[in-house]
Amino acid sequence: MEKEIVIRTEELTKRYGKQTAVDRLSLEVTEGEVFGFLGPNGAGKTTTMLMLLGLTEPTSGTVRVCGYDPARDPLKVKELIGYLPENVGFYEDMDARQNLRYIARLNRVPDAVSTGRIDRLLDQVDLAKESDKKVGSYSKGMRQRLGIAEVLVKEPKVLFLDEPTIGLDPDGTNRMLDLIRGLSRKRRMTIFFSSHLLEQVQRISDRIGIMIRGKLVAAGPLAELAQRSLGLEAGESYTLEEIYMKYFKEA
Amino acid sequence: MDGIFAIYRKEMEDHFSSMRFLLITALIVMVGVIIASMVGMSIQEELKGMAKPDFIFLLLFTSTGKLFSFVQFIGFFGPLIGIILGFDAINRERTGRTLSKLVAQPIYRDAIINGKFLAGVTMITIVMVSLVLIIAGLGIRLIGVVPGVEEVGRLLIYLVLSILYISFWLGAAILFSVVFRSTATSALASLAVWIGLSFFVGLGGSLLADAVAPMTQTADMQQAADSFLKNAEVQRVASLLSPATLYGDATSTILDPLRKTPRSFVLMGPMERLSLSRFQNPLPLPQSVVIVAPFLISIIAITFLCFGICYAIFMRQEIRST
Repeated sequence: MEKEIVIRTEELTKRYGKQTAVDRLSLEVTEGEVFGFLGPNGAGKTTTMLMLLGLTEPTSGTVRVCGYDPARDPLKVKELIGYLPENVGFYEDMDARQNLRYIARLNRVPDAVSTGRIDRLLDQVDLAKESDKKVGSYSKGMRQRLGIAEVLVKEPKVLFLDEPTIGLDPDGTNRMLDLIRGLSRKRRMTIFFSSHLLEQVQRISDRIGIMIRGKLVAAGPLAELAQRSLGLEAGESYTLEEIYMKYFKEA
Repeated sequence: MDGIFAIYRKEMEDHFSSMRFLLITALIVMVGVIIASMVGMSIQEELKGMAKPDFIFLLLFTSTGKLFSFVQFIGFFGPLIGIILGFDAINRERTGRTLSKLVAQPIYRDAIINGKFLAGVTMITIVMVSLVLIIAGLGIRLIGVVPGVEEVGRLLIYLVLSILYISFWLGAAILFSVVFRSTATSALASLAVWIGLSFFVGLGGSLLADAVAPMTQTADMQQAADSFLKNAEVQRVASLLSPATLYGDATSTILDPLRKTPRSFVLMGPMERLSLSRFQNPLPLPQSVVIVAPFLISIIAITFLCFGICYAIFMRQEIRST
């Protein structure tokens, strides 16, 4: 069975004045895939995501998310996707439940439906016990988990996660990665996540894209990238770091 | 529409649970009681031994007592209520990093502004209605006069005008909260515009009038009078730029049936007005409405202008979480 292409960009470019943030980016992500978007800070990962979400307009090139153009049909796209921005904020003087409820209402999920869903999600991200505390008192890790619950409350088809593990301790990072992987495996969600932490990307991604200074220098499954860049045969050991450094030096 | 409603609902919850609402409630009670007792007692005093004039009930709102009248108070400080409710509407979400996820929800961006604006207007309505009710209630006790149908009608129109006037300032404050990223800057900018439009437009108007149409000192009476009138006309036109002036003119016409022009050319004390009322007939309500219609239209127009600019800026803004 041919897998559906969920995200497709062609020659996608974004310029801010003279500076080119994203340079002729073409990539495809298929349904149920975990796509790890790798690159140093300021490589254009967040800008790419904003264009995929219709939050900023591309200078040129085309984008399709679930078949819709985010610049033309932003509401259609936003109904289908969940976006967790880097360092997401919450309404500090509301508790976790109220925060989730608000996002559910904005997504036209009736309260009768969202109540059960919110309970399940809080359970899933281990916040059930703290759900009546104001979010202002939450730690970084709890906030990040609440952020995940928040993007899931609308039951999206595609998740965009911008640096979902930034600032988390090792244990928190592991739990976050397991959660992301589980969403893709069990619920067939397409996940597009960005990170500059190699080891994490290696652990959970089906395919990897490496972006350096606005250009996508490589994209594909890890093993394929290893063969291409390091000239390794199947079965030889490698790390993503070696591959990444190789591309980084070339660029 | 669902989006607007969800945002409206959340904003209302915010307003009611916030410290701001507590302060506003305290302000309502304080202002209402002080104005009602001050004005009520001075009316009692002035009317001792006189025949009861028409529209005495409305005097509760228009006569100045010892310090200021309710209408003047709202004309001056009403804008502050609007500014307090709106100056951090958008940039609070920006600094709290909630704006980037809000715009990623399936709602139109203008729903965010509209929902917040409507919640603010509701708050303004609550404030104004409760103020007018407190003053009317205490006033009835103090002067012992029950309002007639026409007086109630005039009060209702006054309420609508006031709510529109304060809503304009709410809209302006929301505009600044879109333009400026820091809440302190947008608060200061709103205050600056408020002070500028309310206090300095009059001053600037007279300077402008002296520059454009200077008063000539000649022996020719006719020429001197002409130049004086021209000067006054320029001043009046310039003062129309000030929402406070527009509001003052409109409300004093609607609440004072003996005034037949919105121009504050002649200053009269309450006693003079009372003695005038013996020789004049009050302006019927529909005619008063005709006189304030231009104000109504222009305040709505500038509010829409504010919104237009607001939308234009906000729709095209790129919203990042960092």
